[in-house]
Amino acid sequence: MAYKNFILVCAGTGCESSKAIEIYDSLIREAEAQGVKNDVQVVKTGCFGFCEKGPIVKVMPSESFYVEVKPEDAKEIIAEQVVKGREVKRLLYKKDEKTADTVKIEDIEFYQKQFRVVLRNCGVINPENIDEYIARDGYSGLERALFKMKPADVVSELKASGLRGRGGAGFPTWLKWDLTIKAPGEVKYVVCNADEGDPGAYMNRSTIEGDPHSLIEAMTICGYTIGASTGYIYIRAEYPLAIERLKIAIKQAKEYGLLGPKILGSDFSFDLDIRLGAGAFVCGEETALLQSLEGKRGMPMPKPPFPAVQGLWKKPTVINNVETFVNVAVIMTKGADWYSKIGTEKSKGTKTFALTGKIANSGLVEVPMGTKLRDIIFDIGGGIKGGRKFKGVQTGGPSGGIITAESLDEPITYESLTALGSMMGSGGMIIMDEDDCVVDIAKFYMAFCVDESCGKCAPCRIGTSQMHDLLEKITTGNGTEDDLLKLEKIGKAMTKASLCMLGGSAANPTLSTIKHFREEYLEHIRDHKCRSGKCKDLVVYSIDPVKCIGCGLCARKCPVPCIAGEKKQAHVIDRSRCVKCGECFKACKFGAVVKN
Amino acid sequence: MVNAKINGIPVQVAEGTTILEAARKVEVKIPTLCANDDLEPWAACGICVVKNGKSPKLIRACCTPIDEGMDIVTNDAELVSTRKTVIELILSTHPDDCLACPRNQECELQRLAAEFGIREQPFPKKIRGTPIDTSTGSLILNPDKCIRCGRCVKVCQDMQNVWAIEFLGRGEKTRIAPAADVKLGEGPCIKCGQCSAHCPVGAIYENDQTAEVWEALLKTGDDAKTCVVQIAPAVRVALGEAFGCAPGTNLTKKIYTALRRLGFDAIFDTNFAADLTIMEEGTEFVKRFTNAATGKEGPLPLITSCCPAWVDYLEKYYGDMIPNFSTAKSPQQMMGAMIKTYYAGKTSLDPAKIYSVSIMPCTAKKYENGRDKTMYSSGQKDVDVTLTTRELARMIKQAGIDLLNLPESDPDSPMGPNTGAGVIFGATGGVMEAALRTAYTLITGEDLKDVNFTGVRGLSGIKEASIHIKGTEVRVAVAHQMGNIAQVLQMVKKAKAEGKDVPWHFIEVMACRGGCIGGGGQPYGCTDEVRKMRIRGIYDADEASEYRCSHHNPLIKQIYAEFLEKPGSHKAHELLHTHYESKPLYLK
Repeated sequence: MAYKNFILVCAGTGCESSKAIEIYDSLIREAEAQGVKNDVQVVKTGCFGFCEKGPIVKVMPSESFYVEVKPEDAKEIIAEQVVKGREVKRLLYKKDEKTADTVKIEDIEFYQKQFRVVLRNCGVINPENIDEYIARDGYSGLERALFKMKPADVVSELKASGLRGRGGAGFPTWLKWDLTIKAPGEVKYVVCNADEGDPGAYMNRSTIEGDPHSLIEAMTICGYTIGASTGYIYIRAEYPLAIERLKIAIKQAKEYGLLGPKILGSDFSFDLDIRLGAGAFVCGEETALLQSLEGKRGMPMPKPPFPAVQGLWKKPTVINNVETFVNVAVIMTKGADWYSKIGTEKSKGTKTFALTGKIANSGLVEVPMGTKLRDIIFDIGGGIKGGRKFKGVQTGGPSGGIITAESLDEPITYESLTALGSMMGSGGMIIMDEDDCVVDIAKFYMAFCVDESCGKCAPCRIGTSQMHDLLEKITTGNGTEDDLLKLEKIGKAMTKASLCMLGGSAANPTLSTIKHFREEYLEHIRDHKCRSGKCKDLVVYSIDPVKCIGCGLCARKCPVPCIAGEKKQAHVIDRSRCVKCGECFKACKFGAVVKN
Repeated sequence: MVNAKINGIPVQVAEGTTILEAARKVEVKIPTLCANDDLEPWAACGICVVKNGKSPKLIRACCTPIDEGMDIVTNDAELVSTRKTVIELILSTHPDDCLACPRNQECELQRLAAEFGIREQPFPKKIRGTPIDTSTGSLILNPDKCIRCGRCVKVCQDMQNVWAIEFLGRGEKTRIAPAADVKLGEGPCIKCGQCSAHCPVGAIYENDQTAEVWEALLKTGDDAKTCVVQIAPAVRVALGEAFGCAPGTNLTKKIYTALRRLGFDAIFDTNFAADLTIMEEGTEFVKRFTNAATGKEGPLPLITSCCPAWVDYLEKYYGDMIPNFSTAKSPQQMMGAMIKTYYAGKTSLDPAKIYSVSIMPCTAKKYENGRDKTMYSSGQKDVDVTLTTRELARMIKQAGIDLLNLPESDPDSPMGPNTGAGVIFGATGGVMEAALRTAYTLITGEDLKDVNFTGVRGLSGIKEASIHIKGTEVRVAVAHQMGNIAQVLQMVKKAKAEGKDVPWHFIEVMACRGGCIGGGGQPYGCTDEVRKMRIRGIYDADEASEYRCSHHNPLIKQIYAEFLEKPGSHKAHELLHTHYESKPLYLK
């Protein structure tokens, strides 16, 4: 039976939460109701990346790219596209809502500068169907490794590819594997770090949801290479869909003889198990992750010994993150030659980023290493939402630093981001505009670190908490210039003396904002002023009696309520009760509500 | 071997040696707070940071092995200021009541703050105000003083395998607390006090009962009681450390004098009771061993029961092995019972008017003296109060007694004079060795030519030996440091399950590393070096003894002749034996 159309429905977590499953069900129901169920196959896929415009539905072969689809659109999509062979114009992506000109998928700027290696199958295949993965050369890398290569050849291939760890620090992957091979011991383990914990980062989740077999294939290749027969995927329990898809994929791989005893008839056997993390950010640190995997409290351990020598249950262990492994699958399929042509000299391949914050096109993107920040934020990301002014971008999550407009033309590499006082991290990118307060943001990240510090190591446990209190003091207008010095003093000691990178980098957002926006800190301290209005203790709302026409809109919007006034008379805000939510300021059409 | 430099000084050390250890070899002290020689590095405090060559990175000396060619810098402006900031941060979560702290002048944090010249505290105090836990009666937990160095957790879990203390909470809310967040006395704690001996600050310490003892000693008139004291074997070789002596310095006879000057009316030596224990326990062993075929005298192996922390552990973790446990009481409790019966009778004192104090190297002894009703065998509490070595040191200092320059004196009769077999109870393997010296004679009727059983001595965690008594092999094992016990008992259980001969006939167990000389109530700063020196002091005392076997002690012979009839008699059982029951790990 040949289908005339294929409808791909994005079933990543983002689109799912916007009723993607209802859309999927409705499309199937409509196809049946309209008598065309044999002409169309409806498929749930992984993330298309363009989360801003989700839920996404793509129809093949016409490549019709429908955005912000609702379940009730299913009837029309089936009726027009499948029955009559016409696109549903109103659902197609439009660059500009006013002109109503539709744009073909290859012309959507969100995708134009992207290069999808890790995400190559996301939004393309049904992640719950192994055949679709195999149809796109899936498991051919494993076959190649098992039957055409010795373990040392795989290492050479990785070395030639230039792949470096995508978890943050950029350690050469081949070297990690090679150290594990050379570490004495019969029993070795492969562990995947899928404990993605940075606020706003969801690259790993989407990758697993959209293409779980890539991970399984790569971990199996790793097992073959280092001589391990067991692998564990440590994934946070907050990723139920990814876990479910992994389970399905593992089951299918076993049924196909691609996992389990004597893989593809070879002498190599490998098994994979899923272990759920309870959502501690610190368990993304590899030694803490291994502790947790062993059933202990997730606390980082001193290195050396490195996991490559003494990892899980004190056995040599390769621990890589999801994106690193998925790159391995691609390299083994397409070859190191092909791969090493992507990226820069020292940073090969691509990098996925999750764009969030004040960006027009929030979503999941993948670009070659060396792409400029400006291209990611302004071309792919479509610039700042609402045409506000770009202020900075936080990369590397709570461990990274803020990168300002003057560095937008830096090509993204491991080295350049570190030089800018930030880091690659796992790939979260939070974009800030002029409405964001840097002190508030520094405080937000510090609060995150206070909660997520494992509590083992004094500099981090106490340092984060003291720094948070100092930031709190500044954002409430009680800070002094001496507090700035204290922040730098603790930040420096914490960075230097902490045992793991959580503490080692927790001061980065604060230190980098002090460096780039010292003036704003001083405004909070000296002038008790927050120019963005984010720091509520430093904001006072009042109503200009001359401008106020007494429409009463502000009073109706006020949630307290604390605005009073007769109709057509100037209104007054009772400051003692005002919670500074800013609703009145936003509501007033006459500029009568004043914020200062 | 690895060649490296520390502050420019060449050092050659074995591979795997940490930077901290290597630095010590060349007389370079790197400040630390969480590191402890008994424990694997936990790397919590961040004080021991150093640099390698020109690298700007700070590395932790406690857990980083020194590598070939390393050029370690332990002191420069950045290192000092980083350490100082970390100390200031730690101080921001630590109360300032040093003057009223049990660890005043013996606190590692206080010393560090002094060394780093901390003159102001730049960061606001963040202290939670957690209530103090006194539930065990032996140990006091003051969570507000805790600096989360993790030593007690590592000691309790890794060294002792007890798991009574755990990290709870995360981030700044991280605290060290009884596992499952119960009160310490409601969980698996065995009161060994190793946590208190390893705590660098005043977060876990012994329940100081010196005030009660002072009150008894100073009481006059009708309420006054006859104050009787006993001192344990291990105390004599460690107390001096609190007065500046080298570990192992034997101050027995000065301690007798000091106790007299403190006001005690009679000074007895627990060594004597140790001899008594050997008579009872040795007899018990011989009975079981010679009746092994029928098992009517009880199963083998016989396991020693002198250590109250071990008794608590067995009752909680190995209730099924209670039949293997010796019913003989510990020397402390035998002495207590004898004081309030035999001694009371001889001196025509009302046992209710005797106040019986013991000086022990141990915090669990505080628990033992009220463990069950058999500890009241005289009709009164046999031992009213137990003080640790540390508490005795405090009393001597409070009383203005110049311990080291005191004249020497002897203990009082009849329960003072003792043998070398009694004194070696203080070291791991000592009970076994003392028992074998007597068991040999009990079985053969002959005395040993060489009483030294060196195979059961030393710090190795599990020691095995076998001796031949008239053609019969007696296999023994000695385990110390609670974490080493499971392995021994598992092997016994396995052999029993498989119907095989038991691997050992007699097992000695002590909860603390090194035995009582390494007890949780001993002076601070115990390391294996210290343990070895204390053990040396113990065996020197043994060798210097007139009698080296318990059954040779003339006063032991006298006490049986006058009072107890014979080892294992009905009266001995009433006064000198106890029983055990299986206990839950958690009361709730």
